[in-house]
Amino acid sequence: MAVTPDDIARLAGLARLRLSEQECAELAPEIGVILESMRRVQEVAGDDVPLTTHAVPRTNVFRDDVVRPSLTPKEALSGAPASEDGRFRVPAILGED
Amino acid sequence: MLHTLSASELGRMIAAGETTSVEVTRVFLDRIQQYNDTLNAFLHVDREGALEVAAAVDARLAAGEQLGPLAGVPIGVKDNFCTTDQPTTCGSRMLEGWVPPYDSTVVARLREAGLVIVGKTNMDEFAMGSSTETSAFGPTRNPWDTDRIPGGSGGGSAAAVAAHLVPIALGSDTGGSIRQPAAVTGTVGIKPTYGGVSRYGVVAMASSLDQPGPCARTAEDAALLHQVIGGYDPMDATSLHLDVDGLAEAARATSLEGLRVGIVEEFTGEGFEEGVQARFDEAVALLEELGATVTRVSCPAFHYSMAAYYLIQPAELSSNLARFDGMRYGLRSGDDGTRSAEEVMSASRGDGFGKEAKRRIIIGTYALSAGYADQYYGQAQKVRTLIARDFEAAFEQCDVLISPTTTTVAFRFGERSEDPVAMYMSDLCTTPSNLAGNASASFPIGLSEGLPVGLQVIAPVGEDVRLYRVGGAIEHALEARWGGALLEQAPELKQKGA
Repeated sequence: MAVTPDDIARLAGLARLRLSEQECAELAPEIGVILESMRRVQEVAGDDVPLTTHAVPRTNVFRDDVVRPSLTPKEALSGAPASEDGRFRVPAILGED
Repeated sequence: MLHTLSASELGRMIAAGETTSVEVTRVFLDRIQQYNDTLNAFLHVDREGALEVAAAVDARLAAGEQLGPLAGVPIGVKDNFCTTDQPTTCGSRMLEGWVPPYDSTVVARLREAGLVIVGKTNMDEFAMGSSTETSAFGPTRNPWDTDRIPGGSGGGSAAAVAAHLVPIALGSDTGGSIRQPAAVTGTVGIKPTYGGVSRYGVVAMASSLDQPGPCARTAEDAALLHQVIGGYDPMDATSLHLDVDGLAEAARATSLEGLRVGIVEEFTGEGFEEGVQARFDEAVALLEELGATVTRVSCPAFHYSMAAYYLIQPAELSSNLARFDGMRYGLRSGDDGTRSAEEVMSASRGDGFGKEAKRRIIIGTYALSAGYADQYYGQAQKVRTLIARDFEAAFEQCDVLISPTTTTVAFRFGERSEDPVAMYMSDLCTTPSNLAGNASASFPIGLSEGLPVGLQVIAPVGEDVRLYRVGGAIEHALEARWGGALLEQAPELKQKGA
């Protein structure tokens, strides 16, 4: 199936993944081939087959609602690329068009 | 020659005061220093920290404390397990130098049991690959032939164990990342039942498939490690209440009397290298000699396992890797005050992820996108149901299923790295167990053209003990035949530059 560099660019946008034009051009035929070989899943399993999301399903896993130790603000910020006043510092989120 | 002894023997000697943890740890640290430049099995080594832990274990033992059977034994940890005292990079630029603020449950259990973590082992980036060639820090080399891949993603752990740089190591298996490296390095690799070993603090790749497990040179060592790391963990909502006692006992088996073994018909014959098939056929004969009855079973949906796996896994991966956005931890690129958060996120991810990660993020995003989700992700989940049904039917007639672990022996660097689909085929035999969540292992069964071949053994959910029984019994029989461990036949490792 044909996957175009434009398709790749659109998907990369959805995934918030910056790709160069060259990367999009390289990935397009590769992704096409991969998807083509994975399309085989459409040959089997009709409407009567239920989906499996989890191999060993468990339901209603609860724990007691008790206070327990957690990371300190300092620990939580230990890997932050930027922080200020005990908080993560991030680029402007508001004010974009 | 302390480094050739098994972990269980080392643990026994340390506990008995015949040697010390410091002495043993030093032996392995020295071997790492000697050979890691050749193999690149470790991304990080904590010599000082390891010796401190070893000395503390020695002091506790000297004070008369009773510790577990692996207390004082050195171990390598795959670099996707969070460790508070060593970096956790997942083989990616995205996490270069990152030191997590908490330990994974499995690592916490290692520490509690007195194991000595000597370092973090190399892996394909975020565990995506079958060769370690996607690691941002260079590939690991196979100790049997340094021009060949050690398998992946856990090639670092497998190579480290095979080269006696550590007696045991930790791996994680999403589609074969413990078993395939074990097969191509002549070591033992166990993928426990999904939920049998906690995933808390293991950097997630595909959450419904990921399962941590042991890498070792013997079935008993793997079992002892499994007993340390396994069991219920309230921090992992998918954790199961499975009993791990008795695994090491099972690994001491010498007979398989009464065991019903099924050969997976879809995973033999055509497409398998001649030498791989020959060793497999010999292993089947051996199982019969040991008292097992062997039949053939058909699991037709396994033909579609690869396709289902390579849709479900990238789908889950693309959403799991969304957490790497350059905001709270990891790489941040392009934050020069003029760019928006979204632009910085895209730039950080573009710079931080390697080619295979980008490929799979795109596939996953496609498989989940509006208009395609039913055809791809949905269909793959239906195939997952069919695979589980095939297993269920097969396990009505058999106690365990077997196949070769891989279709070929270790391939050469570069042989598959330009052809993603060929690389994905490395996981042909191993993916069904991840999709069905059952227990699965690889044990060494001999050589083909001088390179190791592995036997895959699969047991139903919760029956991990059967893996150890089969693995232990064939190991004892084969070692008697070979006059020692398979790894003794490996060529002598050369020091780089020597």
